[in-house]
Amino acid sequence: MANEVCFRNMDLDQPWLLEQYKSRGGYEVLTKILTEKMTQDEVIELVKESGLRGRGGAGFPAGLKWSFINRNSEASRYVVCNSDEGEPGTFKDRDILRYNPHQLIEGMIICGFAIDAAAGYNYIRGEFWEPYLRFEAALEEARAAGLLGEDILGSGFNYDVHVHLGAGAYVCGEESALLESIEGKKGQPRFKPPFPAHYGLYGGPTVINNTETLSSVPVLLKNGGDWFKGLGVENSAGTKLFAVSGAVKNPGVFEVPMGIPFSELLELAGGMKDGKKLKAVIPGGCSAPVIPADEIMELNMDYDSIAKAGSMLGSGAVVVIDDSVCMVKLLERMSYFYHEESCGQCTPCREGTGWLYRIVSRIERGEGRQEDLDLLTSVGKNIAGRTVCALGDAAVMPVNGMLKHFRDEFQYHIDNKKCLADS
Amino acid sequence: MGFKSEPMTTMTPLEDKNSLFTPEIRSQIDKWIGKYPAGWKQSAVMAALSIMQDENGGWLSREIMDDVAAYLDMPPIAVYEVATFYSMYELEPVGRHKVCVCTNISCMINGSDKIVDHLEGKLGVKLGQTTEDNRFTLKEVECLGACGGAPMMQIGKQYYENLAPEKVDEILDGLE
Ligand SMILES: Cc1cc2nc3c(=O)[nH]c(=O)nc-3n(C[C@H](O)[C@H](O)[C@H](O)COP(=O)(O)O)c2cc1C
Ligand code: FES
Repeated sequence: MANEVCFRNMDLDQPWLLEQYKSRGGYEVLTKILTEKMTQDEVIELVKESGLRGRGGAGFPAGLKWSFINRNSEASRYVVCNSDEGEPGTFKDRDILRYNPHQLIEGMIICGFAIDAAAGYNYIRGEFWEPYLRFEAALEEARAAGLLGEDILGSGFNYDVHVHLGAGAYVCGEESALLESIEGKKGQPRFKPPFPAHYGLYGGPTVINNTETLSSVPVLLKNGGDWFKGLGVENSAGTKLFAVSGAVKNPGVFEVPMGIPFSELLELAGGMKDGKKLKAVIPGGCSAPVIPADEIMELNMDYDSIAKAGSMLGSGAVVVIDDSVCMVKLLERMSYFYHEESCGQCTPCREGTGWLYRIVSRIERGEGRQEDLDLLTSVGKNIAGRTVCALGDAAVMPVNGMLKHFRDEFQYHIDNKKCLADS
Repeated sequence: MGFKSEPMTTMTPLEDKNSLFTPEIRSQIDKWIGKYPAGWKQSAVMAALSIMQDENGGWLSREIMDDVAAYLDMPPIAVYEVATFYSMYELEPVGRHKVCVCTNISCMINGSDKIVDHLEGKLGVKLGQTTEDNRFTLKEVECLGACGGAPMMQIGKQYYENLAPEKVDEILDGLE
């Protein structure tokens, strides 16, 4: 049951070409929607029924998000695809852009139709040059085939999709910062409400979804919501792209059913590298709290199971940590990241991420004090929930996860001024 | 509702913009402007800065930013804000090749420390510095979304994955 949705054409020679995408029924659903005159509400209802949840991190139901859009708004409506892919450990959307760009385009057109959008924008991180060229070439093909532009397939629907290239900023993956960035501003998140569905890009109602979310739409419409649900487990419909990296033999992106046992996913990735021992796993990107080996080996990879273990499925980025890794050093690197990437707009995040980094850093250097462990928790409490966007929370969660499960390593650093892992 | 999405338009738009850039550059920037709704040409500011950075050997001078501002009818400060916010824009001269090495978690677990040591030793510079002959600038970057190929680096627009010291040598020696 692998490779059923976003990677379904992976076995083809050049799956990114229009002709090859069409050979597998590509754009058939769009054609059906536009020529057999399905209504916009019908499309949204089908996406809702499928149980598809956002793949960018928060897991918000996609159909529900689409249904918030007021199609009679005075301002033009927009579809925005989030291909910023900045959460450390995540590298799945890059493969969709490189290998299945037409499925994303088809998904973006269907979403555009459902909310009667004026245009769609795909925000691709600036470093993804090669994937950008692939996607751009696919757009050209689609335009030439009359699938984008004026009067698509003779339906009277006018709609085009464009790329907006980022230029290096993790926070621009946050949806409202991303909108600011498309508007030609620095990427500082907006205060919410209003949410993008009411007041989004250029002030118009906007659907913003992750690359994998939008790419799933054509297939689930083609095969039906029940089929899609049946691929996964309760509350976690469909398959998921898991980007497995770290201390594994064959890292990579694997499309597997939601709810797959972690142990099976680890096996797909070739198991542990160089006979190393599994120590812990970050199950959903850098921001997701770490889960120790014995626990994760018993867990299934779906929203509810991972949440029950005190973490989150997030973007599906699975970072495998072996027992040679010092957790203090790893957390220091993560805390540096959030401090570096904080946009500086809110004081708790701008200052707090600096505090977190400096405290973890001095523990790592052997200059930690006993009070530092409690101080980390207290700084975290002063960040989480007190900021404009969730970057602050994202900085705190890994700290709390590490202190919960690997406190002994931090204590050892403070007591002995060196690593437990190395000794 | 307090918040409004509005372009930051300059009070004193420049009439003749043709003298700012060559026709080729103008047509590249105009192509980006064409993607956005009327009245929102400032959406093309990131693209314009990237185009001009490539044109200028990898960095943005104050003059270039001012020209971009004039071209897009933006106040210069709005362009500086963008140029200073995003990490891919360089505000100082850089070497011919910008070597961006990822040291984030997946790369770290796979030995990015060793790659950084090797690069620093080979080039004789530290992270953030440029070689004396101006061939290379070495830069530490955050996760580039290629963690399956860790450790990895980017030089120019190209990704290089699954690095080992010998492979790094081969790649660098193959550049001018
Ligand atoms: C700091 C931060 C960074 C984020 N980065 C990304 C990202 O790179 N890609 C992404 O799809 N969502 C990212 N998100 C989540 C988006 O804000 C948003 O929830 C998502 O794009 C919605 O799409 P979905 O419902 O299809 O998941 C980020 C959120 C935060 C707070
Ligand atoms: S951690 Fe290095 S590319 Fe993601």
